[in-house]
Formats: sequence, structure tokens, C-alpha cells
Amino acid sequence: MNSIIIDDELAARAIISHLCDQVDSIEVIEEFPNALQAIKFLNKNEVDLIFLDIHMPDFTGFDFIDTVKNPPKIVLTTSDKNFAIEAFEYDCIIDYLVKPITLPRFLKAIQKVENFATSKQPKISSATTSKQPKISSATSETEGVSKKELYVNIDRRLIKIASETIYLIEAKGDYILIKTEDKNYTVHSTLKKIEEKLPGSLFLKIHRSFVININKIIDIEDNSVLIARDVIPISRANRPELMKRLNLL
Amino acid sequence: MEEPNLKYIQELALGDEGFKQKLINIIKVELPVEIDAYTMNMKNGHFMKAAENVHKLKHKISILGLEKSYYLATGFEEDLKIESLEKRGEFEIILSQMTKFVNIL
Repeated sequence: MNSIIIDDELAARAIISHLCDQVDSIEVIEEFPNALQAIKFLNKNEVDLIFLDIHMPDFTGFDFIDTVKNPPKIVLTTSDKNFAIEAFEYDCIIDYLVKPITLPRFLKAIQKVENFATSKQPKISSATTSKQPKISSATSETEGVSKKELYVNIDRRLIKIASETIYLIEAKGDYILIKTEDKNYTVHSTLKKIEEKLPGSLFLKIHRSFVININKIIDIEDNSVLIARDVIPISRANRPELMKRLNLL
Repeated sequence: MEEPNLKYIQELALGDEGFKQKLINIIKVELPVEIDAYTMNMKNGHFMKAAENVHKLKHKISILGLEKSYYLATGFEEDLKIESLEKRGEFEIILSQMTKFVNIL
């Protein structure tokens, strides 16, 4: 099985690679310190198995799975036991290894991978298919309140931002990062809340962590969007809605 | 108090001295970088980012066989998300122990 390892920690990649060396049926063909590099690789190459860290800065393992077209079999590797329930909502996830990974536990995971249905086409999980883009209530203007501008609370000051100047909003834990042409703002809020405050005709959620201003798109390449200087992934579930909103020739 | 050790690395290496040394060298490089990132975020009051640093450091803690410390770090990681620094002192003692241990390897 051709495999890749995605983990931001070099020590973790070295350990998984060493464990793979103990199994004849597995060949590690590439290692990546972040998910975006792996996505680019997978756009041009096929692999049978991915060892995927969940907890990576900016782009998590789950973000990665939501973005990749037809994900192959995946074994999650993590220092966090809390994601186990979410993990098994994805049919492509075969096992969940908690670090530090031992050889006996690793071999058990490989056994599970080998026992997994031999079908080459991975099933689309109910979790991923249920993640259909929702048409936000932001598509209709709230009565009496203009969505042309947005007021955000920063250090007890309400700062006005013209909605059309916003090109990207990124979820960052309990905060959101609002990027405009001139300045970035970190605000304690959620993507869902800000979506409701912005004109739905301009803004679209293209990924669980990103809302973009579709007027600011520079180009779209397969499963990513270039917007200003940022390359943003498009999740499989959100891609159809994005394509619908474009004036395609 | 438990001491850092190479038990996990030795078991993992299966007698492969080259791999053992490679992993130790990686830890020697990565650990100070991860500790610096944690220290900087704590200094600047960026506790969510510091929690991410602690999360990453947990793996190093477990690689160096510090099982009880791992649980303390897990608790501290969660505390940082609500800006509670109660376990900071104990956690930073663990970092110091690991640094000393790794430096003499």
C-alpha cells in the first residue's frame, strides 16, 4: 500500500515512518508537515493510505478530509482522545491511534486497514454528505438594519467595517479573523454569527473554517480559491454552491 | 517525581541504533523550538496559542516516558483555553526536566 504521512511534528513523522518500515505491505512514498502540501500532492497522485494528524495549526486533519476528493483509507494519529467520536463519523477513517504510538497498536491498525473492504472507491460518509451548504439567513436583509457595514467590538470600541471591503473570514477557535483590504481584525465570534450579519449575495462559506467574499476571488484551482494573497481550500460539500454562484462561461 | 527516560524510544527502535539516534536528534532540535514558542505565547498572553504549543509538547512528554506529566499537561492545555494558569508552575518544571535530560543525551 502506498502511504503518506501528514504531521506537523518531525518526531511524529519519523516514528510513523519507522513503524511502517516494520510492515512489508506498506511503503511510505511521501511525508508532509502540513495538510495543504498533501492536498496538492493528492491532486496529482493516488495513495492507498494516509496517516493523518488531527491537530495541526491552521488546517486540521478533519479540514483535510473535508477538502480532499475521494479520500483514501485514513488512520488518524493524535495526542487527543477527544476526537474519537467525530472521527468514526467518516467512513474513510479506519483507525485512531493515540500518541505515543506503540508497535503492537500500530500493527493492529494495519490489520484493520487490510481487513477493510477492498473496494477502491471509498464510501462517502453520512457525515460528509450531510455537510451540505446551508443557505444562510444572511441572504435576506434583516429588516431595518443595513448589511453594507458591520460593527465589531474590539477592546470595548465598536469599529465600523464596510462589508464589501472584507475579503475573507477565518474561524480561529473561539475567535474569527476578519481580513479586509487594509486591515485584519480578530473578534470573539463565530463564522455562523458573522455570516448572518453580512450580505448573503456577497459572502459564501466555502469551508468549515472560511467564509469568502465571492467578488474578491482571483481564481479557482480545483479545490482551492485564490483570494487576495490567501489560498483557501474549498470543501467538497461547499464546492457545488460556490460553482452555482459563479458566472461561468 | 518521575524522571524522563528512553524506555519508549528503545522499545520503538527494536534494536535499530540508527533510528534511536535519529529520533533523539530530532527531539534535541524540536523540543527547544516548541518550548520557545510556548514561552513566547505565554509572555504575550496568547493563551490559546500556548495551549496549542502544550498540545504539541505532550507528544514529546510521552516520548520521554513521562506518563504522569502527560496527564498534567493535558489538564494544563485545557486550563489555558479558559486562561487558567494554575498548573503553569508544575508544567514548566516538566519542561525544565526534559530540557536537562535531552541536553545530556
